[in-house]
Amino acid sequence: MVLISDILVQGVQMLLVLLLAPLLTGFVRKVKARLVRRQGASVFQPYRDLLRLLRKEVVLADNASWLFRVTPYITFAAIWVAAALVPTFATGLMFNWTADLIAIVALLGSARFFLALAGMDVGTSFGGIGSSREVMIAALSEPAMLLIVFCMALVAGSTQLSTVANFMASSYVGLRVSLGMAVIALIMVALAENARIPVDNPATHLELTMVHEAMVLEYSGRHLAMIEFGAFLKLLLYISLIACVFLPWKIAVFGTGPLAYAIGAGAYVVKLAVAGFSLALFETATAKMRVFRVPQFLGAALMLGLLGTLLLFVSRSF
Amino acid sequence: MPSLIDRVLEGRKIQHRRPWPRAVVGAHLWRFVTNELAQGRLSLLGLWGERATVHMAIMDEDAAEIAIVSLNCPDHTYASVGKFHPPALRLERAMHDLFGLSAQGSPDSRTWLDHNRWGVRFPLGPRIDASSEAAPYRFLPVEGDGVHQIAVGPVHAGIIEPGHFRFTASGETVVRLEQRLGYTHKGIEGLMTGADLERAVQLAGRVSGDSTVAYAYAFSRASEAALDLAVPDRAVWLRALLAELERLANHLGDIGAICNDASFTLMHAHCSVLRESVLRAAHSAFGHRLMRDVIAPGGVMRDLEDEGRTTIRAMVDNIRRRFPQLVELYDNTASLQDRTVDTGVVKPALAKQYAAGGYIGRASGRSFDARRTLAYPPYDSLRFDVAVLNEGDVNTRVWIRVREVEQSLSLIDQILDRLPAGGLRAEPGHPKEAREGMAIVEGFRGDVLVWLRLRDGLVERCHLRDPSWFQWPLLEAAIENNIVADFPLCNKSFNCSYSGQDL
Repeated sequence: MVLISDILVQGVQMLLVLLLAPLLTGFVRKVKARLVRRQGASVFQPYRDLLRLLRKEVVLADNASWLFRVTPYITFAAIWVAAALVPTFATGLMFNWTADLIAIVALLGSARFFLALAGMDVGTSFGGIGSSREVMIAALSEPAMLLIVFCMALVAGSTQLSTVANFMASSYVGLRVSLGMAVIALIMVALAENARIPVDNPATHLELTMVHEAMVLEYSGRHLAMIEFGAFLKLLLYISLIACVFLPWKIAVFGTGPLAYAIGAGAYVVKLAVAGFSLALFETATAKMRVFRVPQFLGAALMLGLLGTLLLFVSRSF
Repeated sequence: MPSLIDRVLEGRKIQHRRPWPRAVVGAHLWRFVTNELAQGRLSLLGLWGERATVHMAIMDEDAAEIAIVSLNCPDHTYASVGKFHPPALRLERAMHDLFGLSAQGSPDSRTWLDHNRWGVRFPLGPRIDASSEAAPYRFLPVEGDGVHQIAVGPVHAGIIEPGHFRFTASGETVVRLEQRLGYTHKGIEGLMTGADLERAVQLAGRVSGDSTVAYAYAFSRASEAALDLAVPDRAVWLRALLAELERLANHLGDIGAICNDASFTLMHAHCSVLRESVLRAAHSAFGHRLMRDVIAPGGVMRDLEDEGRTTIRAMVDNIRRRFPQLVELYDNTASLQDRTVDTGVVKPALAKQYAAGGYIGRASGRSFDARRTLAYPPYDSLRFDVAVLNEGDVNTRVWIRVREVEQSLSLIDQILDRLPAGGLRAEPGHPKEAREGMAIVEGFRGDVLVWLRLRDGLVERCHLRDPSWFQWPLLEAAIENNIVADFPLCNKSFNCSYSGQDL
């Protein structure tokens, strides 16, 4: 019986991230449009886009290898699993115990690895540019991400997200300098990883400035749908991660019953909306940085993570 | 002391003097002029052909004097100007493609406008049938360790004009950019031949959509110069009003679009709103958003009613109120300044060598503005400043535009205040003999040059030279040693015309 409800709750979580991810992206786009006085497409437009792409024929380059064809599914699967591991509205889900933050980083890393390979597979110059830029960003953001993980692990005593979230939700935490640094660093990494302004522009039409978009320029039809869906999920994942670690209010603790789960879900949606709105606001108020400024930007995130971790070695109370 | 132009033309038979002299010269003087261009004592304004003649418009910038020298070349060859003065290279290649006149000693004999798809070679000259077998275009070779090529266009991801850009990059740094244009060749110069004035001015107005006023203006002035036609005062002033409205709309659009290429959509949105207000005012005052086909030889086709005047005034007041806030936003957004400052620098020496007009020249220390330097009416009696800066980067080109927006607002006010009453159009006559005329008008991109010869009310030959001819090559220079990802920003800050130079 417990097993069944466990599976049920975990299943709800997996479906929830799948359902909410396009809505979140649609919401961010809508807010961005309204901020520059445009009407903007409906918040449900990403669902329609996915449906449209799924129905469309796939156009493949003659020299595309099997790697190019399987990559969309691999990346989508890896990101979906990663997103399912992050506690959204409740901690202590069935899969939560099987994997921790390092596994999530590894899953996202492998998704990107395949995407970068696929970008180079057909041999167009834009795919190559996109892949090389993406890998440059990844090489800087992953160490920063790991340092943030270490920082949180030192505070919470575990790299398992459920434990971390439970600990953060408790009253033992208080105000900590190192966590403040970690959250800023995590937001910076999240912006870079999700190809948002100021690192990349998800809405650009300029092929020479693209990073993520250049890498997937050759994809079409259902392949593109998978990649787009993966990108939606990744944004949701990072916001959920930030929310569950640094804003774990009202998150339902394992086994507290349907009401707590409902409250947790409601709080989660509110958190997503706040984060999505802030992201749109930030993106509207900033220009994109030069490609070669990205190392400095991510270097700052790395240093913040490092500083947070070091401070914890000086004293556990920081 | 006689000016250089006087010395060039000394003792020559002046064919026409409307409004600038044209003289047929021999090979010796042709080479002298070429040398003076190479030495930087003269500027090249244009180089165009006819069946067996090459014309070259030159300017002495110090004395603000202009002349055309013509070289007869019955054997279809002439001494290359581009060999010593690189700005002429593309003009020579285009002339070869259209007329089959070949430049002796030119270092670059590749085709320019002719992409081998016309089914005919030299369409305005001997017209030789050719197979439309596309021979591969030879791009300039680049050698070195780890350099790779990026081919962009002619079809782009955004909705922009077609042009091919071949980057050679070492990592992210651009080693060389080579442009390949000519995809929007419409054969306008061919269509012009034999057209009557009414059709010809319409053709001129369709060379480049965003400069339709400037082209119709330049064409009309050239034909009026040829026909010795006096334009009614009211029309003269209305034309300046149209030109300033066009400049205002385009500059506002450009400022926003440059910021948009740095992903700063806020500026883009606000500037688009202001640009739209200009277009709507133009629509209500002149019946067309881009004010196409309003200017015609002899005057203007539409009058400005009181209602239109009120709309334009309200639009100007609105922009004057809101624009300073946008300029402040541009200047105070550090992330945006980080992108534009020091990006895509055009050195003043290069701007001078290429005689680059418009904001590109004026951002690199070249003070030429046809409205001031050549002071055609009514600008000779209007008060305005010509902004000139020296840094030559993207930021400076934005600032020149900002200053020009302010000047245009002031000019529109002055024109509306002083708009004289009277007729709108003088009917052009049809003299039987050949008449030549030339005009240079300041469009928003720079100086638009039109030279034409009329006979019996029909156009015998008309050449339209877009300012972009001398701006495109500078873009190749500006992007060198910048990073590939900064190209869109540099390109937008130049905003050269594809259609205008492809003709």
